[in-house]
Amino acid sequence: MANHDIHLTVRRGTVHALCGENGAGKSTLMKILYGMQKPDEGTIALDGEQVALHSPGDAIARGIGMVHQHFMLADNLTVLENTVLGAEKLHGIGAGARARIREISDAYGLNIRPDVLIEDLGVADRQRVEILKVLYRGARTLILDEPTAVLVPQEVDALFDNLRELKSEGLTVIFISHKLGEVLSVADDITVIRRGTTVASVEPSRTTPKQLAELMVGSELPSPETRESTVTDVEMLKVSDVRLSATDSDGVVRTVLDGISFTIRKGEVLGVAGVEGNGQAELVEAVMGTRTPDGGTITLDGRDLSRSSTRARREGGIGYIPEDRHRHGLLLDAPLWENRILGHVTERPNSKGKLLDLAGARKDTERIVAEYDVRTPGIEVTAASLSGGNQQKLIVGREMSHHPKLLIAAHPTRGVDVGAQAQIWEQIRVARREGLAVLLISADLDELIGLSDTLRVMYRGRLVADADPAVITPEELGSAMTGAASGHLSASDDSAVAQGGGEK
Amino acid sequence: MSTSTTTPTTKKTPAVDAIARSAARDKVLLGIAAPVLAIVAAIVISSLVFLASGENPFRAYGIMADYGHYSDSQVWIINKAVPYYLSALAVAIGFRMNLFNIGVDGQYRLAAFAAAAVGGAIALPGALQIILLIVIAMLVGAIWSGIAGLLKTTRGVSEVITTIMLNSIAASLIGYFLQDGRLAVKDGNLLHTKFLPESSHFFSFPAHPKPVEGFVVVAVVAGALYWFLINRTRFGFDLRAVGASESAAEASGVSVKRMIVISMLLSGAAAGLVGMPTLLGESFQYGTDFPAGIGFTGIAIALLGRNNPAGMAFGALLWAFLDRTGSRLEFEGYAQEIVGVIQGVIVLCVVVAYEVVRRYGLRLQQRKVGEELAVLARTGDDTNGTGAAGNSDKPEVTA
Repeated sequence: MANHDIHLTVRRGTVHALCGENGAGKSTLMKILYGMQKPDEGTIALDGEQVALHSPGDAIARGIGMVHQHFMLADNLTVLENTVLGAEKLHGIGAGARARIREISDAYGLNIRPDVLIEDLGVADRQRVEILKVLYRGARTLILDEPTAVLVPQEVDALFDNLRELKSEGLTVIFISHKLGEVLSVADDITVIRRGTTVASVEPSRTTPKQLAELMVGSELPSPETRESTVTDVEMLKVSDVRLSATDSDGVVRTVLDGISFTIRKGEVLGVAGVEGNGQAELVEAVMGTRTPDGGTITLDGRDLSRSSTRARREGGIGYIPEDRHRHGLLLDAPLWENRILGHVTERPNSKGKLLDLAGARKDTERIVAEYDVRTPGIEVTAASLSGGNQQKLIVGREMSHHPKLLIAAHPTRGVDVGAQAQIWEQIRVARREGLAVLLISADLDELIGLSDTLRVMYRGRLVADADPAVITPEELGSAMTGAASGHLSASDDSAVAQGGGEK
Repeated sequence: MSTSTTTPTTKKTPAVDAIARSAARDKVLLGIAAPVLAIVAAIVISSLVFLASGENPFRAYGIMADYGHYSDSQVWIINKAVPYYLSALAVAIGFRMNLFNIGVDGQYRLAAFAAAAVGGAIALPGALQIILLIVIAMLVGAIWSGIAGLLKTTRGVSEVITTIMLNSIAASLIGYFLQDGRLAVKDGNLLHTKFLPESSHFFSFPAHPKPVEGFVVVAVVAGALYWFLINRTRFGFDLRAVGASESAAEASGVSVKRMIVISMLLSGAAAGLVGMPTLLGESFQYGTDFPAGIGFTGIAIALLGRNNPAGMAFGALLWAFLDRTGSRLEFEGYAQEIVGVIQGVIVLCVVVAYEVVRRYGLRLQQRKVGEELAVLARTGDDTNGTGAAGNSDKPEVTA
């Protein structure tokens, strides 16, 4: 990913947001600032002084700290132990360190409990620990890479309070996000990067999310709104009373899915909202057949698939956009055309009989690359060399090419740039019009509300609430996700009212 | 969905073409770079080893080249390379899906022993006997490795542990049965199974002074089958997918457990062939002097050949060449262990060189993709749509 002509000026004591497509060069820029990559030309000045950052160590020494999107914490250690790990020389590993952690926590309102195990903490708390780790190492400039991707709205607000606290203490925050509303609410300055170069610097007070998104993509954007209903009364997927228990790392058997029942009809998008870790991933795995439920049935288009293998389910018409595309959707070191075969090796044009059809697969990959606008120099490059958005477009193209009856889309636009996001939404919408049933799992509540025909809320392995996406707000949905409300969520009341079980 | 009719391929500018051409050139260069780097490094390090032991490396290389040049050496090298190659194939099948079958050694010895015991007891006419013995050997090898596969899938035991333990068990089993009065006959100091009847003798190609064993044909066929299976069949794709990413393979519909068992069985069956050239072409019995350790040599050769059928053939020949010419060095006053050191150095150099080149290639490719997209962005942006549905792009805002 090449960057050229990047100009970025961040004022001290401000929150500076950086927006841009994946592949726009945002991550490369961050790597340069954090000393993980060296620029070919150009300079970086910190407090007016020109600096050369050769390694993250250099960056840390100069007070630049990074909070990664994926947390780098050891689950079986305490907050204190995680914090001092690698920084033992600063304040030791005992009372001195504890005192310093308390001090930082109080100064910035982080509410850190030093002696709690990481595994007992929720996502938002873990993120605060990551921020603490950076501050503990003396950072005065913090880089946060998509910090809100994993949080529910209430947690996002809390995070932003923390950021404002940091700012008021004179610290500088560089904040990367795709969620433009959030950027506008927290940032003092916004820089937009498109295709490796800075295209605009704007003030939040003088711009709107729409304008910002258009700057990022360079064109007008559609929203996820999808109002005209295409729902038919033909049942496509019927899940009844699926139960699953799993043994966690301590050997305790927990119920992960508890009496899950729902129906998706042709042309319907069923959205499942929920804080991560409440059973959504397991639900997807149960439907895909990579996990065997303890009980219950799964029927697709009248065929009972409860006992079928994953391959039989895929052949039977389930398309799958996995949550973690690197682990479940791609062979990163394999060329694009081999990735096009993945998951559909038994189907045309990838194979004839027991043999692979390399020419057919290559040709069809060319088609997908062109039709789905996968930006790549060719189909022989490895999947790893594409940006996240383009990887995802390839996956969507692959799954759609086999005309699925049901599409399971788990966080289909996570870590994907605005342009690719709009395309993926459009593809889901087109397919839905043609009678596709979609099971949509997402942490992006706007996406859920915008795309879904029906909404369900998942909490501790159960579908606890349902809502009408036409009238629900992200805030109401967010509170149901924390378990505060159940039953049918109606928009007329401020708080949701319970109306019996989650079933229709 | 974007309805733009111009595909990115047809939109490419000369600048992009240039980058694509240079990428193709890089691919060829990188392909050559790895083996060249490995050979140069291996020669340099081996020379240093010679120098450190106070010998002249160039004289040693001269002796080796000269001795390897004789026709009896060449026949010996080919005959020796055949079991090496089969062993490497057996190991490579596992390697392709991240299974480490250290047990090829035990598998081929037990297989050869079983085939020898059966072959000594019965005499079927003509080719039937040979086919029967080969099938028995492959079955026994497959069963022995299959135990490891089953233990891995049902009990989660690492195949590294089980196969190495099964090696010991195989050795003990053979030791138990290879006794006078059980399945062996005593012949001087040696114990061995009864001689195979004439019908079990594999054909050979006459050569001077000793014939080239016909099993070289089997090795070539096995290598071709391996290539075809891995690269051209659905099964091979599944196998490679598991090797590349178990989680992605699982999600794509591959039953990983089934693949583990099947590939262990295949690996064991291939291992069963390893002892056959010796049994059917040379010794005609299994005795206490039956060659051991070829399973471990196979690991080194599979590494050397990067699991590639042609690469492994080259590796097997190189290994046999070093075995042969190394023995000559001893007569010329060099230390006996020096060849072992050279073989180890070569394997290390190959593994390191390929990994270095692979990583460099990946980084290079990522940079190229970025460059190319940047060029596209600057030149072909307006028509190569950003995909926003139905919208014609506005002129770019540049800073």
